[in-house]
Amino acid sequence: MSELLTPPVLIALSIALPFLAFLGCLLLPRQDNLRDWLTLVLAVALFATVVTIFTQFQAGTSFAVEVISFSPSLSIGFEIERLGLVFALVASSLWILTHLYGVGYMRGNKEKKHARFFGAFAFAISATMGLAFSSNLLTLFLFYEALTVSTYPLVAHKETAEAKSGARVYLGILMGTSIALLLTAIVSTYVVAGRLDFVPGGLLSDPSVGPVNSTTLVVLLALFAFGIGKAALMPFHRWLPAAMVAPTPVSALLHAVAVVKAGVFTMLKVGVYIFGIDRLAETGASQWLMWVAAVSILTASLIAMQQDNLKKRLAYSTVSQLSYITLGMALANSLGVLGGGLHIVTHAFGKITLFMCAGAIYVATHKTEISQMRGLGRQMPFTFIAFGIGALSIIGLPPLTGSWSKWTLLLASADAGQLVIMGVLMLSSLLNVAYLLPIFARGFYGDGIKPAQSTWRERLAEAPVLCVLPPCITALGCLILFFVSDDIVAFLQPIATTVTAGAQ
Amino acid sequence: MNFLPPFVLDHIPLLAILSPLLASPLIVLFRNRNIAFVISWVAAAVSFVLSAAMLSMTIGGDTLSYHIGGWAPPLGIEYRVDAASALVLVVISLTAFIMMPYAHKSIDAEIDRRHHTLFYASLMLCFCGLMGVTITGDAFNVFVFLEISSLSTYVLVALGAKRDRRALAAAYDYLILGTIGATFFVIGLGFIYMATGTLNMVDLAERLANEESNRTVRSAIAFIVIGMGLKFAMFPMHRWLPGAYTFAPSAISVFLAATATKVALFVVMRFLFNVFSVEFEFERDMLEFIVMPLALIAMFTGSFVAIYQSDFKRLLAFSSIAQVGYMLLGICLLNVEGVSAALLHMFNHGITKGALFMAAGVLVYRQKDALVAQMAGLGKRMPLTAAAIGIGLLSLIGVPGTAGFASKWVLLNATLEKGWWPVTALVVMSSLVTVFYSWRLMETMYLQPAPEGAAKKEAPLALLIPLWVLTIATIWFGLQANITIGAATAGAEALLNRGFLTDTPIIVGMPGR
Repeated sequence: MSELLTPPVLIALSIALPFLAFLGCLLLPRQDNLRDWLTLVLAVALFATVVTIFTQFQAGTSFAVEVISFSPSLSIGFEIERLGLVFALVASSLWILTHLYGVGYMRGNKEKKHARFFGAFAFAISATMGLAFSSNLLTLFLFYEALTVSTYPLVAHKETAEAKSGARVYLGILMGTSIALLLTAIVSTYVVAGRLDFVPGGLLSDPSVGPVNSTTLVVLLALFAFGIGKAALMPFHRWLPAAMVAPTPVSALLHAVAVVKAGVFTMLKVGVYIFGIDRLAETGASQWLMWVAAVSILTASLIAMQQDNLKKRLAYSTVSQLSYITLGMALANSLGVLGGGLHIVTHAFGKITLFMCAGAIYVATHKTEISQMRGLGRQMPFTFIAFGIGALSIIGLPPLTGSWSKWTLLLASADAGQLVIMGVLMLSSLLNVAYLLPIFARGFYGDGIKPAQSTWRERLAEAPVLCVLPPCITALGCLILFFVSDDIVAFLQPIATTVTAGAQ
Repeated sequence: MNFLPPFVLDHIPLLAILSPLLASPLIVLFRNRNIAFVISWVAAAVSFVLSAAMLSMTIGGDTLSYHIGGWAPPLGIEYRVDAASALVLVVISLTAFIMMPYAHKSIDAEIDRRHHTLFYASLMLCFCGLMGVTITGDAFNVFVFLEISSLSTYVLVALGAKRDRRALAAAYDYLILGTIGATFFVIGLGFIYMATGTLNMVDLAERLANEESNRTVRSAIAFIVIGMGLKFAMFPMHRWLPGAYTFAPSAISVFLAATATKVALFVVMRFLFNVFSVEFEFERDMLEFIVMPLALIAMFTGSFVAIYQSDFKRLLAFSSIAQVGYMLLGICLLNVEGVSAALLHMFNHGITKGALFMAAGVLVYRQKDALVAQMAGLGKRMPLTAAAIGIGLLSLIGVPGTAGFASKWVLLNATLEKGWWPVTALVVMSSLVTVFYSWRLMETMYLQPAPEGAAKKEAPLALLIPLWVLTIATIWFGLQANITIGAATAGAEALLNRGFLTDTPIIVGMPGR
C-alpha cells in the first residue's frame, strides 16, 4: 500500500479528493445524506493524505512534480515545502470540522441549495490544496483565481439583493486586484527573472537572475502586496466584510482560514521565495509595507469596535489580524517570517472558533447583532465559553496558542529595531480585548433571562449538536496548540535559515 | 505525413482549397440537405487533415511553395505556406469541421428547408475563400478569394431572415461596407502594381524593398490597411459587425466569429511584414501612432458597449470588436512576442468565441431568441449550456486555466518586454471591463429565477457535443498552452524573420516552368 503512495500520487490525491467531493455534489443534487457522508469521508481521506505527506516529508522524501508545460519555459507543477504543508494541514483538518458544522448549520437553518453549497465548498478546498503545494507563481495564480471564482457562489448563496451586491463587491475587488495588479506583478517578475519558480533565498536575489535595482523591487513589492487582495491589506479590504453575507460555515472556513490565509500565505511565499527576506532587509524595499500593515492593523481594529453586527466585527478583526502576517513578512527578518507562519495556524484556530460560535448563535436564536446578545451565554454556555477561549487566543493570552505568534512577532519587531511597531502590536492587543471580550462578557451579564427558567436544564437552548461540538473542538485546539507551537516553529525554522544561507 | 498518398502530397496546398470549392457545386447538384451535410463535413475534414499536415511540415521554419498549373512564379500563381498561414488554415478548417454537425441541427430551426442546400453551398464557398486568402502567395489572388468569401458571407448572413427580418438590413450593411473595404484593398493593390509591375508577393517584396519613400507605395500601405481594417472590424470601422453577427444564423455567427475577422487580420500581417517591411519608417509610425491607439480604444469601447447589450449575440459581437483590438495591439508591438500573442489570440479567441456563439445558438434553438433576459435561471434549466457559457466567459476575462489567459499572458509579456508599461496597464484595465459584462451574465444565469414559461429542456446532443468540444478545448489550451504558444511563436518568427520570402522554399510537386 505504502509503495503506491508515491509523492506524485499523494499530491494528486490531495487535489483530487476534494474535487471528487465537488463532482459528488454535482451528481447527487437530491440525496442529501449520501452526499454529506461522501463529502465527510473524502474530507477525512484528504486529511489522512496530508498527514501521510507530512510524515513522508519528515522522513526526508522530496515532493516535486511537473504536471503540464504551459509554455516552453513555464510549467504548472507542484512542490511541497514547509510553509505550504503547514497551511495544507490546517485547511484540511479544519475542513472536516467545518463540514460537520456546515451540515448542522445548513439543516438547522433550513438553507436551500445544499448541493451547490457543498460542491463549491469542496472545489474551494481543492483550489486551496493546489495553491498550498504550488511550485511556482503561475500555478499559484491559477489556483488563486480558481479559489476566487469558486467562492463566489458561496457568498451569493442566499440570492437576496444584499447577497448579490455583497458578492459583487467580493468578486470585483478580488478579481480586480488580481487581474490589474497581481497578474502584472507576476508577468513583470517573469520578464525580469525569466522564470517563476519559488527559490529558497528569493528568485530575484538569485545569482542567475542578475542585478535587480531597488526601485524595481519596491514597485514589484507594491504590485504584489496590493495585488494579493485576499490578504485584505487596506485599502483593498472591503470584500471581506462584504463576504459576511455568506452562510457562516463559509465565513468560518473560507473567510477566516482558506481564502484569507491563501492571501497571506501567498504574501509570505512571495516575500521569502521571490524577493528573499535578506534582500528585502538590505534594500529596505519592504519598509513602507511595514507601515501600511501597521496602519491596517490599527484602523481595522478601530472599525471593528464600531460594528454591532457580530460577523462584521469578526471580519474587521480578521482584516487586522491578516496584516500581522503581512507585517511579519515586511519586517524582513527570520523571526518575522516564523511569526507570520505561526500566526496563520494560531489565528485560523482562534477565528474559526469565533465564527462557528457566531453561526451557532444565529441558528439557535437568529440573532446577528451584538446588542441583542445580552445574557445569551446562560442559554448557550458551551457556545459562549468556546467563544471566550477563541477570543482570548486571538488577543494572545497564555495558555492559548495565539500568544506564541504575537510573542514571536513582537520579538521580530524588536529584532528589527522597530519600537513603534512593537507599540502598534501591543496597542492592537488592547484593542482586541476591547472589541472581543465585551461580547463574551455581555453573554453572561445582563437581564436577558426570564426568571421562570432558573435551572440549568430549563435555560439551556443550544444550537444542534453539530453546530456546537465543532467550535468546542477548535477551542480545545487553541489550548492544545499552545503546547505544540514550539514544534511548529521548529518545523518552519528551515525556511528562515535557508533564507540566511541562500544570501551568503 | 507518410499516410498520405504521393499524389496528395504533391498537391497538398491546392487540394486543401479544392475540396470545399468542389463540394459547393456538388451540393447544388444533389439538392438534398443530408447529402449536402455529409459532403460539407467530408470536405472540411479533408481540408483539416491537409492543413494539419502543412502545419507539421512548416512549423520547423520551412516554407512550402506550390506552382499552380505548372506555371512558375512570378508569372504563374503561387501558393505559399509558412508556419503562420498553416496555423490560420488549421484554425479555419478545424472550426468548419467542428461546426458542421452543429450547423446541420441548428439550421433546422433557423432557415427554411428549401434553402438548406443553398446554405451548405454558400458555406463551402465562404470556407474555400477564407482558406484561399490565407494560402495564396499572389496579391491579386488574395483579392479574388476575399471576394469569394465575402459574397457568400453576405448570402449566409441574409439567410438569417427567417428568424429575424433585420438580418436583411444587416447583410446589406455588411455588403456595402465590405465592398468599400474590398475596393480600398484593390486600389492599394493597384498602387503597388503601378510601382512594381508584379503581383507575386515574393517578387513584390524584393522590388518594394527600396521603394520606402515612394508615395504610391505609402498610399498603398494605407489603402490596404484600411480596406482590410473594414473586413476585420477595426475601430471605428466596425459598424457592420454587430448586426451581421447578431442576425446571421447561429452556425454562421460561430464560423464568422472564429475565422473571418482573423483571416483579414492575417492578410494585414502578411502585407505589413512580408510584402512591405517593418523597416519602413512610414509603416512603423502608422502602426504606433494611428493603429495602436485605435486598437486600445477598441479594447475599451467594445467592452463598454457590450455591458449594455440586451441581446446575447450582440454582446458577444461587441466583445469581438474589443478582442480584435488585442490582436491588433499584438501586431503593433512589432516584436516576435507581440505577433505571436496576436496569432495565439486568434486561435484562443476563435475557440472561445466559437463556443460562446454556439451556446447562443442553443438558446436560439430552444427559445427562438438569445436575449440576456431570457438567460435568467439558465444554470438550473440548461445546466450544461450554462456551464459552457460560464467557462467561455471566464476565458474572455482571461482567468487562468482557460485559453484566454494564455493569450493575455503572452500579450502582457510582450508589452513589458517592449517596455511599454502604460500599454500593459491599459490591457489589464480593459480586461477588468470584461469582468463587468461577463459577470452580469453569470448573475443572470445563476442567481436569477427563470422567467415564466421558459424552455426547460437541455439542448439536443448534436448541438451540445460541438459546444462542449470547443469548451473543453478552451480549458485544454489554457493549461497545455505549450502547443499553441509554440505554434504561434513559430508563426510569428516566420512572419517577422520573413521566412515566407525565402529563396529556397520546399517546392511541392513539380516546379513550374
